[in-house]
Amino acid sequence: MARIAQPSANSQSQSLVWRIRRFLNRYGWGYAFVLPSMFTFVIFTLIPVFWSFIISFQQYNLRTGGKWVGLSNYYLAFTTQSGVFVTALKNTLIYTIITVTANILIGLILASLIQPLGKYAKTFFRAAYYLPAVTSVVIISMTWRWIFNAQWGLLNYLFSLVGLPAVRWLSDPNIALYSIILSTVLTVPATGVVLFSAAMGSIPPDFHEAAELDGAGPIQRWWSITLPLIKPTTLYLVVLYTIASFEVFEKVYIMVPSGVGNSTQTIVTQIYQNGFQQFRYGVAAAQAFILFLIIASVAAIQFRFLQSDIEY
Amino acid sequence: MATQLQNLQLRKRLNFGTIAMWVVLIVTTIISLWPMYWLFMTAFTPTQDTVKVPPDLLPVNASIVNFQRLFAQATDYWRWAFNSLVVALSVTLFHVVFDTLAGYGFAKKQFPGRNILFWMILATLMVPDHVTLVPRYIVTRNLGLIDSLWAVVLPATAQVFGIFLMRQYIQTLPSELEDAARIDGCGEFGVFWRVIMPLSAPAIGALSIFIFVRNWNDFFWPLIVLQKSPNYTLPVGVASLQGEFSTDFGIIFAGAALAALPTIVFFLLFQRYFLEGVRMGALKG
Repeated sequence: MARIAQPSANSQSQSLVWRIRRFLNRYGWGYAFVLPSMFTFVIFTLIPVFWSFIISFQQYNLRTGGKWVGLSNYYLAFTTQSGVFVTALKNTLIYTIITVTANILIGLILASLIQPLGKYAKTFFRAAYYLPAVTSVVIISMTWRWIFNAQWGLLNYLFSLVGLPAVRWLSDPNIALYSIILSTVLTVPATGVVLFSAAMGSIPPDFHEAAELDGAGPIQRWWSITLPLIKPTTLYLVVLYTIASFEVFEKVYIMVPSGVGNSTQTIVTQIYQNGFQQFRYGVAAAQAFILFLIIASVAAIQFRFLQSDIEY
Repeated sequence: MATQLQNLQLRKRLNFGTIAMWVVLIVTTIISLWPMYWLFMTAFTPTQDTVKVPPDLLPVNASIVNFQRLFAQATDYWRWAFNSLVVALSVTLFHVVFDTLAGYGFAKKQFPGRNILFWMILATLMVPDHVTLVPRYIVTRNLGLIDSLWAVVLPATAQVFGIFLMRQYIQTLPSELEDAARIDGCGEFGVFWRVIMPLSAPAIGALSIFIFVRNWNDFFWPLIVLQKSPNYTLPVGVASLQGEFSTDFGIIFAGAALAALPTIVFFLLFQRYFLEGVRMGALKG
């Protein structure tokens, strides 16, 4: 019996080994190339994505772990510290609306202005606009804080030259948020200029030539040829800047370290305070998830409004 | 004839619109570069000269005394610089090797689960870092990494943007080159090392610049996971100067200017790759 059964079992296990070997021969290299980079990705990105959703329904303690508390974190997110999160949402929204509009407009105008220039002039301006963007936001914000300094700052000195009174740029609760916004607006949107400029450069010149022959002036051509054709870039930049603005943190943290009442609270400063100063991880996770929902829906709406079929 | 033509062109160019255009460009350039100028200007101005009215607009009192005081009083400064260098270099090296490997795998290899894996990467790319802050902190804490450079390096290696970028690039490389290398007797790894790596050089250049600058400048995450001053990276350390030296602007900006210098030099040297990187969608700013 045993002698008869053995070969068949042997061939079965052989075929399993053979199949594994065939599988590895065929696909092994694919896995070998891809899997090394998946290791930290799973631990520090993939798991946290799902876990952040779970923690938002838990009261989390570093020693004892999570305890389910239903939706109470979402309730607490809005009510804790007498509802400062609502103020934070409002501030973030104001910051986003003003800075995104300004960034898009300034980027568009500057890219259009450098478009007719020669190669070297174009490179010079792009580089000049881009230089501050390679510098840490922390350092740029520290410099702005110094420029905004009420006593010795450059801005109040310039104000005094033209006879304007000194302003408490970063310590007046009615002004501080707008000072931070001003610092963002006055920083040329480098990515915007570079991407708009690249998009404008890729428009076939015959389009402009044809319109010129039909008697269209430069502004009319800009309006009815350039603008529609760079719409995909505009959409991309609007989404990019919106997401970045909703996440504003460093500027606030550096320029008004102790806060000005609640007048400079933003969504992420709230997440930071709840999570890493008060150690209320559940509440911070709930606020983070709300941030995610806002960003996702705003991006979806922007896609709907700005998307259009472009063929050329 | 030629000069006449040039004159005509010159006159045509010097109309009102052209002048307005140059004024706007030059004024915005000045505004854009002013904070950079003011940063270095303050760094070289002794503190007693920074707190006076009217302020010096030009470096008339320039001296290196702030830097001498910085090194004497902010004793951890070189530690911060060293930490930042370790973090930025190791993260960059990791991404250059493993993102290119993975990008090649996703672009050219067939294997079960490939599409699911790639969609997962794309999906997490849409989730902002701030959203996953809390669980990432708990994971890092449970692994016992808090207050060490590992806590900064390891999560930074988990960013998947580079995989996406490299996959997009390697997909455009013709497969005939790989086949030719195989016929010539190259093994699978040899194909990657001798064919894919060299051909991907432009994308690798843009990627490594992007990763290096991003991690050199990274602030929020290191702020959360680093606690003791000797473990700080430069941005966290420089930000802490504000609290430590409050109105001693000379010393604060000496520290800030020195920390800004590497990326500025880097940018001036590799400007072309930077702007290429922006176009590939790599850089924000």
